[in-house]
This record gives sequence, structure tokens and C-alpha cells, in this order.
Amino acid sequence: MSAAEIGTQYATFVVDQLFFGIDVLRVQEVLRYQEMTRVPLSPFVAEGLINLRGQIVTALDMRRRLALPPRPPERLPMNLVVRADEGPVSLLVDEIGDVLQLDQSAFEAAPDNVSASARDLIRGVYKLKERLLLVLDPDKTLEVDEFLESRTQGSI
Amino acid sequence: MSEQDVIREFLIESHENLNRLDQEIVELEQRPSDKDLLASVFRTIHTIKGTCGFLGFPCLERIAHHAETLLSRVRAGERALSSDLVALILECLDAVRKILAAIEATGKEGPDEYASLIDKLESAADGTATDRGAAPADAVQTESERGSAVSESAIRVDVGLLDKLMNLVGELVLARNQVLQFTTQKEDGELNATSQRLNLITTELQENVMKTRMQPIGVVWNKLPRLVRDTAHACGKRVRLEMDGSGTELDKTIIEAIKDPLTHLVRNCCDHGIETPEERAKAGKPTHGTVTLKAYHEGGQVNIEIADDGAGVDVAQVKQKALEKGLIRPEQAERMSDHEVFQLIFQAGFSTARAVTKVSGRGVGLDVVRSNVERIGGTVDVSSVLGQGTTIKLKIPLTLAIIPGLVVTSGGERFLIPQASLLELIRIDGDSAGKIERVHGTPVYRRRGRLLPIAFLNQVLGLRAVSNEDVVNIVVLQAEDHQFGLVVDGIKDTQEIVVKPLGKQLKGLSVYAGATIMGDGRVALILDVLGIGQRSGVLTRREEQSRSESQAAPAAGSDLQRLLLFQAGSFARVAVPLALVARLEEFPQSVLEHAGGHHVVQYRGGILRVVSLSSVLEPDSPNTAATRDPVQVIVFVDGARSLGIMVDQILDIVEDSVAIRQPSKRLGLLGSAVVGKQVTDFLDVRAVIRAAAAEWLDPEQAGRNTSVMVADPSAFMRGLLRGELEMAGHRVVEAGSSGEALNRLEHSQIDVVLTAMDLPPEGCRGLREAMDRQGSLGQIPMVALASSEEQLRERPEGFADCQMRLDREAMLASIERLAAAVGHEETGAPASPARSQA
Repeated sequence: MSAAEIGTQYATFVVDQLFFGIDVLRVQEVLRYQEMTRVPLSPFVAEGLINLRGQIVTALDMRRRLALPPRPPERLPMNLVVRADEGPVSLLVDEIGDVLQLDQSAFEAAPDNVSASARDLIRGVYKLKERLLLVLDPDKTLEVDEFLESRTQGSI
Repeated sequence: MSEQDVIREFLIESHENLNRLDQEIVELEQRPSDKDLLASVFRTIHTIKGTCGFLGFPCLERIAHHAETLLSRVRAGERALSSDLVALILECLDAVRKILAAIEATGKEGPDEYASLIDKLESAADGTATDRGAAPADAVQTESERGSAVSESAIRVDVGLLDKLMNLVGELVLARNQVLQFTTQKEDGELNATSQRLNLITTELQENVMKTRMQPIGVVWNKLPRLVRDTAHACGKRVRLEMDGSGTELDKTIIEAIKDPLTHLVRNCCDHGIETPEERAKAGKPTHGTVTLKAYHEGGQVNIEIADDGAGVDVAQVKQKALEKGLIRPEQAERMSDHEVFQLIFQAGFSTARAVTKVSGRGVGLDVVRSNVERIGGTVDVSSVLGQGTTIKLKIPLTLAIIPGLVVTSGGERFLIPQASLLELIRIDGDSAGKIERVHGTPVYRRRGRLLPIAFLNQVLGLRAVSNEDVVNIVVLQAEDHQFGLVVDGIKDTQEIVVKPLGKQLKGLSVYAGATIMGDGRVALILDVLGIGQRSGVLTRREEQSRSESQAAPAAGSDLQRLLLFQAGSFARVAVPLALVARLEEFPQSVLEHAGGHHVVQYRGGILRVVSLSSVLEPDSPNTAATRDPVQVIVFVDGARSLGIMVDQILDIVEDSVAIRQPSKRLGLLGSAVVGKQVTDFLDVRAVIRAAAAEWLDPEQAGRNTSVMVADPSAFMRGLLRGELEMAGHRVVEAGSSGEALNRLEHSQIDVVLTAMDLPPEGCRGLREAMDRQGSLGQIPMVALASSEEQLRERPEGFADCQMRLDREAMLASIERLAAAVGHEETGAPASPARSQA
């Protein structure tokens, strides 16, 4: 089979009942919950820092990134470690799913009724049999500069 | 080996050779008869020629060939090595460099544009060029030993590989820390022994890997003789470069980082520092200027000094320039210490060079030097004596990768503070005497009689407060020129930490310098001391920091000052410069006693006289401050004596630019100004003290107009004396030390010098002797001011008079008598007070 026929492989995960996929080539690894060091004054979406075998990795909470309701405290998130130019970044998600191989025919641009906070990050949608898979743009997901002041306000 | 590898090797080798040649040729110019040196130069050029012929670079080969021919004539004694010849050879080396750069970039030699150079080389070799026989230029004197640098026991290692090794060692150090923490929890002898060995080996490995990255500072220095020679020639100066400690080793990254600043500073020395031979001869100095480079280890840091024996920094001229450029205001200029003035030359847009030259004078550079050095955690300091030279001292850390840090806790989290910014640790137990006080939200701590601004780490970072009323831990930190205290919940131990940068999502946080992994495997944040200081508000922005420290006199005019605001009686907002205030106290009403008709308090083993401010400002109104419980007291201290002023309420400490707009006629007030958008009255401390505690000062009296220098290390004393003298109609120039006094004396017309007997560094006699040596200054009469009866009895030699420091009448009488004797008797009625309040 040629590369075109294989289509793209997606690592899938769940965040608050939404089903997401991210290009598997951008995923470095998946880890269960890790102890985290909070970073006071950090942007709202940055949950903390984890020690990934001696490397310090920033963990972003995908629920906050997508403006979804907070995760129940008893439910520990999983780490989906994504490669980026400046080193790996961990995305905190609710559940990790399978790697799916999908071909272009089922792909469609994101519908207009996707919430505004998510639309920027979503490249498009795969119409699977039982549910929709939202494809995340990894680089835009890691772009959090505009959130920088959201939690720092009023802390002094 | 592929052809590309061969070319890469060739490039590396040629660059090394060229660098050596630069130095050797400049040296050769100095010692043209040194046969060995000449042979070495010849050999090196021959090697370059040989290799490029082999690799097929005809243009390069041709230049090298002609240079070789020329040198062979010199070697044979047919040509004398003139300064022109040296210049020509150096020009060749530059051409070779240019071609090498082209080869590096494109693999080809680039266009052949060297025909004229080759012509020149040929004619020089044939002796057809007019040999002007210029004197050899002055150049280098290095520490002798420097033969062939290449040693057989060394191999070349890729820097990338070393970086990787360093990173791995960093990881190993962290893993070692984790293992050690783990084993302390187990009681297993064998495991303990093994982990101890692991510990030792790791430490040794870390040291040695760090050493592989160490390079002698000579790597950067060996480019400087050429630079000095070229710069000196371009400026028409004669400069000798001396180097000491070129073997001092630094981490490679740091060497890279200081290369440009160092080059700039040396060039600056040649262009700005050293005078032309004519000027030097006039000043009685040897016509050769000397630039000295010195490097040495000290306390885990490397100090690099760049000294010249040139003209020195002209404080008056720098001030003038800074005024012209609007960097400072006139009132500021008057009060700046010499050290502060020197700092000005590091501000952006500053250059004292009279003309823009090819080399410098455009006012870009020294500010970049400072920011480059500070970026790698170093500091820059300048000292200068007018006419004798300037010394610039850089303090640079040995390495950036692994630093010692202090572990502290706050709000249940751990943080690290780089040891380099740490000054001291203070622990306060339940004792109420030394608590942190809040002045309307601005916390301060009395540290050895001085108010230290305080920040709470948990507040700065928005963390929850861990209530612990009994113990307060203060970490005293230094950021740039300022100190502040950071209150933390707990202070743990110090650790070697590996600094790792934060991801881009967190880069915008100025309060962190990075993060590291602790012994338990968790991540901990490293605090950025400067960022913490700025965020908490204890440090002001850079432009505000250049304000003068000597703000003792609450004089009129506009200046940035730290002000203590308080309320007294019906005066809702009164200000006093914080510099005058020694301490703030709160006394319960019950400790207030009466003695000799005054309020007194037993305080620190003595008796503190307290006066009510309202009794001075509003003698007819009821005295509210004295009846409060507790009583709020502002304490003023001079030496062993102190005086408290009771006020109703302390409001705030603010920093503001003060311009007194509305002079006041009321006794005890200087006038009013807008501070923090509210009208505020300014306290005239001297008048209040005079009115309420006459024994501190004596009644005033109109006087005469004389220029008086007040040299006293205490800013408070200078302020008081200035007030006294100005009220008597004299002009006052202040100096805090002997050096500063001398500098000011040279630039102002001073009639009488008043000097404290304990003037640093060598007492008042030191100043007298220094003035005597200066010829014209020897004529100025001096009055020694004693601060005790014992001192008064000493009566040092060479002084026209000796008085008690606060014996106002005697002091003024002395000045008048001496001024009259010198012949500066003024003409008419007493001049109007110089202390203008408009």
C-alpha cells in the first residue's frame, strides 16, 4: 500500500465526552498521571511541570484549553506528550483511545456550530460510524500566549 | 576521509594558524631581529601555501606565495621589517581570511580581487616600494611562554559533543541526587556504600566534564594585540598591551559571551582612555599608553580587569554630557556620587568622545557591554581617577550550567534561589522587637538600623499564606544595586542545581529563571530575583534607579525620593524623606515618661527623647499624637544620639518625583507638593528639631556667602550641615569620601573645606595630604569636624581649625574668619538664602 492509501494515522483521546485525534507522528508518548509542580502566575491552561526522565515538560490542561468544564477532582488526567520545536509538551486529557487510520474521504472542515474556543484548534472532522472525531492542530493547541494574563490578574 | 572533511580540517587549521600569525607578526614588529619568531611566521605561511596548493585553491596559494617570498627576503636580511611591511602582511592575512570564509560558505574561493595586493607584495619584495622606514609600532608584551601551541597529547573534539556530555552529566547529577535521597531512607549498609561511591564518582565526573569545556581566556585575548595595534594606529596613538593571567579558564559558553564585550572595552580604552602622545607628554606621562588586561579567579568567579593609564573619566564632563542628553536632571547631577556618575557611561546613547571616529564615539556599545555581561550573571564596575586612568572590572561566573541554589518553601511549594543573589538569612522568633512592620501596606524590616523593603513570596506568587505567627524567615537578596528581603515560610538547604529553561508557554513569566529536578524527582522552580523584586514593587524600574542616594537634605527642587507619609494633628498628609528616617517605632502609652519637662521613652538601653510634631506645627491645638495608644514615633538618629518625633499615624512609603510648588511660612514645614496625586506638606526636619529640641542644634544667624565643601561619610550629617550653611548664606558642595572631595575640588571653586575627622578612606589627614600634593588645592583652608570631645582634643596638623560637628556658631565663625583671610570677602548684605523654595 502506498502512503496515500494508508491515509493519516491519528492518536485519539477524550476530553469531556468530545472525541479528538492528533497526528500520530506528533505524539511522542502516552503516560499515566504524573505528579506535577504548579507554576504560580502561569497562564490558566498551564497545569504544571512534570519530570519526564530528566526533561522538564510543561503540561497543558486540554479542558481549560478548550474552555470546557473542569475535570472532576477524583478523575486523574492522562498525559499525551506531543513533540514541538522547543521540546515536548504534555496535553492533559481524560482518556486515551486507539490509534485510528482514517482516509481523506470521511474528512470535512469543522462545522460552524463548533464552539468558538475550539474552532481555532480544530482542523476538521472525521465522520466515523458512531461518533465524530475532531482533528486537533498540534501547533495551535500549544500556542497559549494570549492566555498569559488570564490567571495572573488579581493575584497580588 | 571525504574531500569535505579534508577541507573542514584545512579551514580549522588555517584559522588557528592565522590567529597565531596575527599575534606573532605584531610581536615581530616589536622585535624585528628575533630570528626564531620570524622563522615561525615564515613556517606558518608556508604551511598555508602548501595545503591550499594541494587542495587546489590557486588564489589563496598565490597570496600565500607572495607573502612567503616577501618574508624570505626579510629573513635573508634584504628587507628591513618596517611598519609598512607589517601592515602589508597583515593585509594579506585579512585577504586570506576573506577567502577562507568564502570557501567555508560556498566551497569556492570567490572572485579574485587581489591583484593590487599581489602587486604591492611583489614590489615590496623587490624593494621597489618606497621604504619609509617608519618606526615599529608599539605592541604586545605577553607572558613569555608561547611556542608552538599544538601539542601531541591533544585531540580535537566537536563542541556539540561536549555540550551533549555536559547535558548528560547534568542528568546524572540529578539522578545521583535522587538515589542519595532514596538511600538515606533505607538502612542498607551495602546500598549506602555503593551510593556514596556513585556520589563521589559523579562529582568527579562533573568536575572533569566541566573542565573539558574550559578554555583559557587567552583564546579571546590573542585577538586583542592586533586590535590594539590597529585601533592605536587609526587614532594616532601609541599603546602597549599587557596581559596577565591569560591561562585563567572559563566555560566555553562564557568565553563566547564575553568576547564582544571584552573587545569593545579594549577598543574603548585605546580610543577614549589613552591620550595622544602629545597630550601624554604634556601631562608628564610616557608617550606610550598602557592597557592592562588581568584575569584571575576569586570566590568561584572570574574577575577580568581592563585598565588603562589614560585620561580617566572626567566626572564633570560626563555630567555635562548626561545633562545635554537629558539622561539626568540638573538637581540630580549636583548630588550624584562619582560612582553613580561612572554608571552613566553605561547608559544607552552615551558617549563622551568629542568626535565620532571610525572606532567609537557613536554612543552605542557600553550599554550593550553591560547588558551582555549581566545576561550571563556577571557585573561591571568602573573606577577612575582623573588624569591617571580608568579600570573596568568584570565579574563573571565560571559556568552557567550548574549553580548552587538555596531551597526555600512558600505556600506549600518549593522554590530555589540562586546563591549568587543571596546576601544573608534572617530568622525572627516570636520576639516583638524585631518584627516586620507595615507602613500602610508597605512592609519594612529594621536591619541594623536601616529599613529594608520586604516582599512576601506567597503574595508575590499569589500562593496561600501558611500561617506561622511565631517565626519569620527573611532571605535578603541583591538585585542590581538594590537589596530587599523576601519572606518565605521555610529555609531548607543549599543544593547544586542544573538550570533548565521553561517551555515557551511559560517564557513570559519574569519571576522564574528556569526550573530544575530535585532529589525526590519532582520539578522545582528557580526564582529570578530581579523579576521577583520588580513584581513585588520593592524594586523600581531601571531608569528610576539612577537617582542619587544623597538625598539627605529635604531641599526644594525636583527629584525622585522615597518619602515617608504620615498624619499629624490637622495635617492629614505630611512627608519626610525616608533617607533621614532611621526607624519607625510604636510605643504603648504606658512606657511614655516625663523627664526634664520632655516626653522620654526607655529605648534600646538608653533614653529616647520624643517630641510631638503637633506641638511644633500647631502649638495651640490639643496634642493628639501624645495621647494615642500606642504612640507612633519616627526616630531620627545621628551617631549615638537619637530623637523621636511623635505623629498621629504613619500612612505610607512612596517614591515620587518631588517638586515643592508652594513654599510655606509655617514653622516646621518646607512647603507643599503633590505626592501620589494628593497635596502633601513637607516636613522641615531641621526646623522641627530646632524648635522642639534646641540642644540638638543651635539658633540660626544670618551669614556670609562662601563656597564650602562638606566632606562627611554620613549623608544625614551632610544634609544637616548643608541646611545650616545654606541658611547662613553659604554655597555648599557635598562629598562622601576623600576621592570624591578631590574630584569636586578640582572642578569647583571652594573657599573652605569642612571635613569629618573620620572621612574615608584615610581620615581627614589623608584628604589634607592629598590636597597638598595637588599644589593649588594646598592653599584651601580646612576645618576638621570632631564628633566627640576626644576627637576634638586630637586637633590634627595642617588644619586651620577644629570644631565640634554640631557646634554651629563656632563652625560658622570659623568659616567666616577663614574665608575673609583667603580674600573671598563678599561685598554687601547677606545673600538671600540659597535654599530657594520656589
